Parts: sequence; C-alpha cells; structure tokens
Amino acid sequence: MILDGKCPTGPIEKSWDKHRFDLKLVNPANKRKYNIIMVGTGLAGGAAAASLGELGYNVQAFCYQDSPRRAHSIAAQGGINAAKNYPSDGDSILRLMYDTIKGGDFRAREADVWRLSQVSNNIIDQCVAQGVPFARDYAGYLDNRSFGGAQVSRTFYSRGLTGQQLLLGAYSALSRQIKAGTVQMYNRREMLDLVVVDGVARGITVRNMVTGEIESYAADAVCLATGGYVNVFYLSTNAKGCSVTANWKAAKKGAFFANPCYTQIHPTCIPQAGEYQSKLTLMSESLRNDGRIWAPKKKEDVSKLPADISDADRDYFLERKYPSYGNLAPRDISSRSAKEACDAGLGVGPGGRGVYLDFADSIKRLSEDTIRERYGNLFEMYEKITDENAYKRPMRIYPAPHYAMGGLWVDYNLMSNIPGLFVLGEANFSVHGANRLGASALMQGLSDGYFVIPYTIGGYLVTVKPGAVTTDHPEFKKSVVDVKATNNKYLSINGKKTVSEFHRELGKVMWNNVGMARSKESLNEAIKVIPQIRDEFWNNVKVTGSGTELNQQLENAGRVADFLEFGELLARDALHREESCGGHFRVEHQLPDGEAMRDDVNFSYVGAWEYKGNDKEPELHKEPLKFETIHLAVRSYK
Amino acid sequence: MSDHKTMTLTLIVWRQKNANDPGKFETYSAKNITEHHSFLEMLDCVNEDLILAGKEPIVFDHDCREGICGMCSQVVNGAPHGGQDRTTVCQLHMRKFKDGDTIYIEPWRARAFPIIKDLIVDRTALDTIIQAGGYTSCHTGGVPDGNAILIPKPIAEEATDAAECIGCGACVAGCPNGAAMLFTGAKVSQLALLPQGKAEAVARVKNMTKAMMECGFGNCTNHYECQAACPKGINVKFIARMNREFLKAQFA
Amino acid sequence: MQFFKSSIGRKILMAITGQCMVLFAVIHLLGNSSIFGWLPGGINAYAHHLHSLPAPIIIGFRLGLLLFVVVHICYGIQLTIENRGGRPQQYAVKSVQKATFASENMIWTGVLLMAFILYHLAHFTFQIINPETAALKNMVPGLDNHVVPNVLGMVLSAFQNIGVTLIYAGAMLILFLHLSHGIQSFFQTMGWSSDKTQPFITKAGTLAALALFLGYAAVPLTILVHILK
Repeated sequence: MILDGKCPTGPIEKSWDKHRFDLKLVNPANKRKYNIIMVGTGLAGGAAAASLGELGYNVQAFCYQDSPRRAHSIAAQGGINAAKNYPSDGDSILRLMYDTIKGGDFRAREADVWRLSQVSNNIIDQCVAQGVPFARDYAGYLDNRSFGGAQVSRTFYSRGLTGQQLLLGAYSALSRQIKAGTVQMYNRREMLDLVVVDGVARGITVRNMVTGEIESYAADAVCLATGGYVNVFYLSTNAKGCSVTANWKAAKKGAFFANPCYTQIHPTCIPQAGEYQSKLTLMSESLRNDGRIWAPKKKEDVSKLPADISDADRDYFLERKYPSYGNLAPRDISSRSAKEACDAGLGVGPGGRGVYLDFADSIKRLSEDTIRERYGNLFEMYEKITDENAYKRPMRIYPAPHYAMGGLWVDYNLMSNIPGLFVLGEANFSVHGANRLGASALMQGLSDGYFVIPYTIGGYLVTVKPGAVTTDHPEFKKSVVDVKATNNKYLSINGKKTVSEFHRELGKVMWNNVGMARSKESLNEAIKVIPQIRDEFWNNVKVTGSGTELNQQLENAGRVADFLEFGELLARDALHREESCGGHFRVEHQLPDGEAMRDDVNFSYVGAWEYKGNDKEPELHKEPLKFETIHLAVRSYK
Repeated sequence: MSDHKTMTLTLIVWRQKNANDPGKFETYSAKNITEHHSFLEMLDCVNEDLILAGKEPIVFDHDCREGICGMCSQVVNGAPHGGQDRTTVCQLHMRKFKDGDTIYIEPWRARAFPIIKDLIVDRTALDTIIQAGGYTSCHTGGVPDGNAILIPKPIAEEATDAAECIGCGACVAGCPNGAAMLFTGAKVSQLALLPQGKAEAVARVKNMTKAMMECGFGNCTNHYECQAACPKGINVKFIARMNREFLKAQFA
Repeated sequence: MQFFKSSIGRKILMAITGQCMVLFAVIHLLGNSSIFGWLPGGINAYAHHLHSLPAPIIIGFRLGLLLFVVVHICYGIQLTIENRGGRPQQYAVKSVQKATFASENMIWTGVLLMAFILYHLAHFTFQIINPETAALKNMVPGLDNHVVPNVLGMVLSAFQNIGVTLIYAGAMLILFLHLSHGIQSFFQTMGWSSDKTQPFITKAGTLAALALFLGYAAVPLTILVHILK
C-alpha cells in the first residue's frame, strides 16, 4: 500500500497556517462530551493532556510512574532549539527546517519539519510564561548556545537540566488541569492493549500496577505519547521502565510501525563497567565543545595511563576525519568513528569499550575554573560513577543507544493508520528522519503536545459521535481476557531464567548485530536468533509472585516479551533498507572513505510495517518522500 | 578500573507485603559485589538470586537511574538516598561501602507517604501540593514573547536553584516531623522569584501550604535535615522565602 | 482565622512570642546586672524604680508576658504532638546530619524552662519560697531617703546556697540550649534569613544565647564564690 501523509499542498511557508484554517472546529459546548485518552505524560503527553484539558475536552491521562513528573523527558540535559534568531546570527524558520531535514539525512517529511520549525518559537514563549527558568544573560534576555554542531546559536537551555525544567513546566500545566477536573490522572498504570472497534481506536486496557487489576477505559480518541524503544538494546540511556509495549500493542492491533531501524546511538556516554550494569549514563554532548576525542594509535598503548601516551601516539580521529566540524560532528558520525577505533582494538577501559574525551587542552587554554563553571555537574556525575577525576585524566566515553527516530506511522495530523489513534513525540516517526539533531527531541515533544495535537485532534473528533462505544462493548471484554491470559502465562511458566537474563541476551544480539554497523549477515543472524530467544523465553522464564499485587517481575516480563517480538521487526527493517542513512549504517553501503551512502533513488521513502503475526513476515507499506523546498544533497560534515 | 575484588554484604531490608501488612526486617546476603556496582545494581543482583530461588524479590521504585527522575527512594542506614552529598540512591556506588558491612534499607517513612510494598511508598501527596498552585495559570498559546519580560541573571539563577527539585521526597523522609516544607518552599520560591509567577503569589502560597497540611505532612522545626537529605542540595533559604511569602500574603 | 490554624502561621506565632521573651530576657538581664553596681543604688534602686511605674503599665506588661508564654506553650505543645505524628514509625538506624541536641529537644528544654520560671516567680517575684529573706519584708533605706525592699539581701542570701545556685545556673544552661536553636530559628521562620546570612545568624544566635547564659549565671555564681558580697 502507498501511504498518504495527507500533507497540505502549496507553499511550505503557508502550509501549517492553511491547514489549521482548513481543519474543522469542535463546538466549544461539545468539547466536554469528548473523552480523550493520553498514554504517557512526558513532554508530548503532558503538554497535550494539559492543552486538551484546557480546551475543554475530557482527558484521561495514564503513566506507569508514580507521578507524571517523572517521565524520561526529564533526563534531557542539553537544550531545546527554536528559530527565534535572538542572536541575529542568520537563523530562521527555514534554516532550522533545513538543518533538521539535512541532519535527518533526508528521510523526514518536509511539511512536518516546517511546522515543527515554525512552532518552535511558540514553545519558548510558552515555557517562559510557565516559569521555566531558562538561562539568561546579565541584561535579563534569554541566552542561547550553539549545540550539536549547529552553525547558529539557537539552543535555549537551563543549566544541564533543560529536559527537567521543560517537563516540570508541562507537569505544572497538567497539574493545573487535574485540579480543574478536566484531566483525570491515572498513575502507576501500564497500557497493555489498544482496543479497536470496527477499525477505530476506542480505548485501552491497562494494568493497575499497585493492585494488579486489569482496567479498561473507553474514549473517542486515543493518544500514545509513550516514548522510544531503544531499551530493546537492554543497555541504553533510557529509563528502566521505557519500553515499546504501548506502541507494540498498537502495532499488533494494526498500527503501522515506521522506520524502526532508525535508532540513535549517542557518542558521549559513560562506558559500561561490568556485566551486571543496568543502564548507561549519558553526558551532555555539549562536552564536545571543549573536549577533544582521541584513541591511542598503537594497540600496545591501550592499557597505558593516558598521560603516558605522547601526543604523537594519539589519534584525534574526529579532527582528522572531519576537519571543519571536528569534535562537533553529528552524533551518528561521532559514534561510528568511536566504534571503529574500538573495533580496531584501540579502545580503552574495561573490555576495550571506550575512547578518551580530553579536556587538558581546554583547561590549559581557559583554566580549570572555566571548565568547572561550564561542565561542573557533568564532571561530578562522571566521578560519582567512575571514581575518576576528569580534570586530571581524560574521561572515557562510549556510544550508547539513546533515541528512537522510528515509531508508529502517523499522517500530518499525527493520526496513525488506525482512525482515532494519535501518536505524539518520540513514539511517532515523523520529523527526525534517519537521525535526530541535538536539542530537537524536546522541541518535537512540546510541539506535538502544545501546538499540533490540540488543533489536529479536533479535525478528527468532529467526524465522530462522542461516547459511541463504552467499555461494555465485547471488544473491551475480550481485551481484558486476553491481557489476563498473557499475564497468567508469564506467571505459570516457572522456568529457570529471570526476565533480565532474557533482556540482556536480546540486548547483546541487538547491539552486536543491529547496532551501529549493520550487515546483511549480522541482520540475518539476528532474525534467526531472536525468535529462538523468544521461544526460550516462553518456555523457560521465571516470574515470581502473583498478578494481583505489585509485581515488578511481571511488569518487566511483559516489556521484554514485546521487545523480543519488536527486535525482530527492527532487524527486518534494517535488512530491507539497503542503504546507509543517519542512524542506520549498512557496511555494504558506504563511500570509499567510510561515509554513509544513501540511495535516494530506491529508498527515499518511509518504511511502515504492518504486523501479520509472530510467525509471518510483516508487510511493508511505503510513503514516498518528496523534497521540494530542501533539495536532496549528500550530507557532508567534512 | 578492572580489579576483581568483590564484597559480601549483609542487607537488612524492610519487607512489607502491602499497606495493611505490619512489615518486618529480613536479612539477605549480597555476594560478588564490586565497587562499580551502583546501589540499585547491587539490589538487582540480590533480586536475581531471590527469583531463581523462587522467593519474592525486593521491590523498590527506580526509573532513570541517573539521578534526575526522583523515583528512587530508599533510606540506607538511616539516611535518605544513603547520605552521600547531593546523590540519589541510584547514583550511590558500592565503593562507599566495605566488604562485610551491614546495611539497613528502609522505605521513606512519613505519615503522608503510606507504604505500598517493601520499599515503595505512595507519594501522590507531593502531586497534590503542586496541584494546589504550583503553576502559573497561563494558557497554551496567547503568551507574550519570551524576551518580553526581562529577568536578571541572578534572579533566573536563584529560581533555577529552587527548580532543581526532583520531587523524590527525601526531604520529607529526612525530616523528623515528616514535613514537606523544602519541597513546597522550592516551588513557591521558584514562582515567587520570577515575574511570571508574581501575579498569583498570594493565593499560591496560601493554597499550597494548606494542601501540605491537609496531606498529613508535619510542620517545620528548622532542623535543616531536609537540606542535608536533598540529593539536589536545595537550600533551606527557600523555606525562609516561603515563610516570608506566607507572611506577606496575610497582608495582601 | 486560617492563619492561626496554618502550619507556617503557628510557627510565626511561636517565633514572635519566643523572640519577645528573648527581648524580655535581655531587659531582665540588664536589670539584674545593676547588682554589679553600675546603677546608683544598685539593684534595690532598680527594683524600686520598676515597681514605681504606673500600675497599668506593670499589669499590662505582665499580662503581655503571660500571653506570650501561654501562646508559645500552647502552640509548642500542639505542634510537637502534630510533628510526632508526622513520622509515626522511626528508622531502625538513626542518622543525624544537621539537627542538633538543642533543636531536637526544644519541647523538653521548654518544659524545664517553664518549671524554672514558676519556681523563679515563687522565689523572687511572689517571694514565698524563703519568706524570711523576702525583699518586701525587709525594707532598707534606698536613694533619696526612700525605704525600698531589700532585693540585694534576698538575692545574696539565696545564692549563698549551692543548691539554689545550681538550679539557677542549670536553668540558664537550658535557656542557652533553647535559645541557641530558638534565636536563629526565629529569623528562618520569619523568612529573614538566606543562604548567605544563615551561617552568620546561626552563630550570632548562639553567641547571643551564650551571652545571656553567662550574664544570668554570673549573678548566682559570683555570689556563691563570694566575689559579690
């Protein structure tokens, strides 16, 4: 099937304004008759629930944490982009759009990216009004910095806590609506099924994680703002609870999963120290503004103290390969270069998984105090985890899975191919293409939540009669029965391996075969091995306790079971995409100098997969991508 | 870095099946722990052993494991988050302990935080306080340009100091009175410092402190244990500022 | 009124009444110090002047003090009971980071101080404990040929008793503890402290409490060791 993104036509500069005008409005008096379910309350979900509640809709919001303030958006450090052009350094909406399209390696929709760039400015105003304490200069104006290799200073930030401050802004707006009664908040609930009635999304089934009760909720529209899936790699920078479960349940009910192979591996994370490790910690890539990345030139030097390796024996590989961007080269490129060095046996630290990020030159040039002022909290965090003083010896860094550009397919209105199912934020696929630029995730989450869904959902709701389906419908009953049966199955297997063991096993396969460099062989092997792990899981997993109480093993079993199915899809998508672009690198498709080789003739499309059952191959649907404003070009950061 | 010294520790952990269960301490042994294990990874290891032995693992709240989400909440040897300066328990590492140590692990204890299970407590009371007024009542859209209101750098910085609160509740857990003054004070102060928040300052401080009382939190007796417990080092000056705001609100 | 029920409101009342009593303690100490002879006629003259003030002022002053004491005690007890309920179950291991012996025992130092004040009132104000040395019953010539109560004699005879001296000195030690927390606490509760001023306020509060302790304890101790005769 050829998918239609339903993008507005005409000049791109007018596209969003025209579309907003074309959307039908819901009569204000009727809004409270519509129920909207919001799953996930991070930047996208929290902002959307608050905005929709304020508009007068009845919103039911769900999160698996004990409070909406804890969503993993909170961990974003660096900043949020906007085309304000406050520093007058040549920025504009069009330039932000251009950078985002190019950064995404020409695999995103132009209209969506234009809209994102356009509303980016409103986001800053909105957050300031909420009391988000952005960094200011001494005159009291908002401060900007350059981030992630951008040529303009368009990143707004709040120390190294931008994600936290923006999320708490959205959380405060949401709290206001909860108090006002327009949003009903359900904490500690995990969505375990999407209920589709006659092809239309009508509600969800959740598990109350405290009592174990399986509950159903019906609505006129269901929004998923459930984040990304990179915990499929087991070790990632995501929170432990992040999963693909909500998205995957929707996919199993017919929603198409787009571009799952576009995963971002972040270059500046603290390397793994041992097998028991439960997660990887990211350090803001702003560190690359003053740190120089290098690896030893000689294998015999890798176990030496860094201070004992002379400058001549160090390979500042990013500076060598990308003279103009140097240490600020985009994330995918930096990560891959680090991996190449480690694969060549030049990695440092435990298991040879690490390269140096050296501040010695900056400290010499600027003084230790200046570096402390800029990155003190990051150095402190590094020391807490590694017990090493990065002022005295270089940090060790290694790439780690960080962000999922892929997600459920949505049209321009953020509606999936299932009518009534909307997908927001990292959970959808729309704007980052094959690679996301720094400081763009927060922008997308808030754009979708504050400024897109409040308009586009109305256009859908006017077409449906409110409250047409209730939880008495047989599909809801069936959903509850199915969820209970699955949970009972986990509990009854009583095997010999824990859920985490399976997750680690899957993670290893994903990282080794479907990680930063993918080949036909490695992917085929993954597609062979993952179902074996999955089979063993269903025969040999051990989940203690019962389903009628707080049971973290049971919660985790469900998430890992879904990863075990989804991981295979990710590998299949990577296998089918016979090109290298952004976060997807196929070793067969590279230029002689090792750069990614895109194939615009054959792969300039969104690949959206339809689930057909675990034993059947998924079906690929394509949405061709057109580039009318930004012309296709080779992405070069040399 | 790669030394293979391992530790064995004795854990004395609070186990409680549910809110109605009286609960009791149980003793466990944590084996093969290295100095690089985080505290939660150490518990993960203990749990893996428990599961394979067919026993119920210890449940505890955690999520980001990088010290920012505020989900983790354990009192280690009497100190919320383990007592390391400006560190959540998920960022606490085992190098702070010695082979053979005995470690007491308990949940947050406060009237306003009923225990749900083992080390997990119910912190919705903190949400209730924010819902009472921890926001500016701006609408989505229809707000002025971000630079329309100038905010001097020192004010923005101080507001950020207050806004760093991660809402973990360690201040309540550390307070002998189970008071939420530091949590509430941080939010009241953040919004009182900024021009955007001033319009509603009077109602905010009254409503939030009222909600704080109604949730069952104790009162402040200026021990400053909250500041010592806070993994973000939120300063008690924000309690003072809230007190001042409260007093001012009486004459408004 | 909401203020009198609120958490912070009641704390503010505690702080203000407490601080008023501190001010009273300062004035009282200045009066006491007249025993060292800086005022013509000494403590007898001072006591005489005080009691020669118009009756409404004296009664008003005493009623005011009584009000402070009552408010301070009532809210003190009420808040303490509430606070004990704030954490119904204690931790198995007690770990104290910033709280002090003084801050944790305000209720007990307060109770002991109240007991002492009652004793002190009975002793020197109502003079029913050692009636034979009561100042009111032993009039002596004062300045300007007035006949005034012999406060000096009463005080001297009282503190020649080591037991009485120890009670007073001990009580002043307790006052020191109470105020070493109470004075800085006043500034915090009123919202007049910040991270920059707080260390100074804490030190100054402790010093002020120490000064009061030394000042008050000086009288009985110097009498006991016969420096003051």
